[in-house]
Amino acid sequence: MRLITHNMLQCHVKGCNANNFPLELQEVVLEQEEAEMNEDFLRNMLTKIEYDALVATCLKLDINDLPATIPADAAYNDEFLQILHRVILETHIKSGKMVCPNCQHNYIIRDGIPNMLLAEHEV
Amino acid sequence: MKLKELEGYLQDVAVFTDPKIKLEQYPTTPHLAARMLYTAHTTYDDIENKAVGDMGCGCGILSIAAAMLGSSYNVGFDIDPDAIAIAQENCEEFEIEMDFILTDLSAAPAPAIMANGEENARGPYEMMKGKLDTILMNPPFGTKLKGIDMVFLKKGIDLANHAVYSLHKTSTRDHILKKAKEWGVECEVVAELRYNLDKSYKFHKKQSMDIAVDFLRFEKKPRPEKRD
Repeated sequence: MRLITHNMLQCHVKGCNANNFPLELQEVVLEQEEAEMNEDFLRNMLTKIEYDALVATCLKLDINDLPATIPADAAYNDEFLQILHRVILETHIKSGKMVCPNCQHNYIIRDGIPNMLLAEHEV
Repeated sequence: MKLKELEGYLQDVAVFTDPKIKLEQYPTTPHLAARMLYTAHTTYDDIENKAVGDMGCGCGILSIAAAMLGSSYNVGFDIDPDAIAIAQENCEEFEIEMDFILTDLSAAPAPAIMANGEENARGPYEMMKGKLDTILMNPPFGTKLKGIDMVFLKKGIDLANHAVYSLHKTSTRDHILKKAKEWGVECEVVAELRYNLDKSYKFHKKQSMDIAVDFLRFEKKPRPEKRD
């Protein structure tokens, strides 16, 4: 799972409705894999990314390249788009877990796949 | 890429080794997958440079076809880790980037209302609403779990920013057209196709059978502009 996908996942345990995003990554194994960059797609994603959550997540993973706020000229800032591309589309979470900041539920990531299934009483 | 060429490549997508009947796991044929994605790409421009979600992705053939036609981001949802494992291998084979989420799409979307009046989030993917441009699916037809086809479809329409492509039994067409109206989305029967199912399960008496399926496209209408 790439960080772009993590940026769109939230806790869905029954009754856990607030402060349930972003899920905190713990004990993760990361892998960088090169991917072709597509500026048009990145521009399109600028308004869709939860940027604050992305920056917070990255800092905890010791990824310090992203500026604290989206640059005003982000759409045509090549340097920024390259960093964004590397972070959200080339950084893969191979294993670890995601912990809900609210209810502390653990979602396990194995073989790059987050297990978002819940037990019956949690749905 | 030509339609025939795409279909040819898709012949190499591995299918379920041990299909699970309760999940209605039938592989989408290369013919159907190629037809769906080729049309979505060439007629409607819903694939190239788009973020694409695949609901009940199984072995990933729809997303692989999308990626071959230039989608920029692919994510698949499925409840079966065995199917996802095959899909991952397929993606490696085709050198395609795709993320997978192990999740249950079968739960009916319950419109629980929170204290602040907002609708409660019922799935881990609620935040993807409006972020995935195009949703693809070949949902279970509901022969084992009645109504599940409509649950998938409703979730897909909720998630999609723009368009949903789906396959449904032709016999359910009237019902779906009525529902689409209720949901405020446009529904077009793009084509009526034959879904050739090889004998996948022991209870199938015939070696192979054809069922009539509709290839449907749903489009969300832009929100009406507010007038002062």
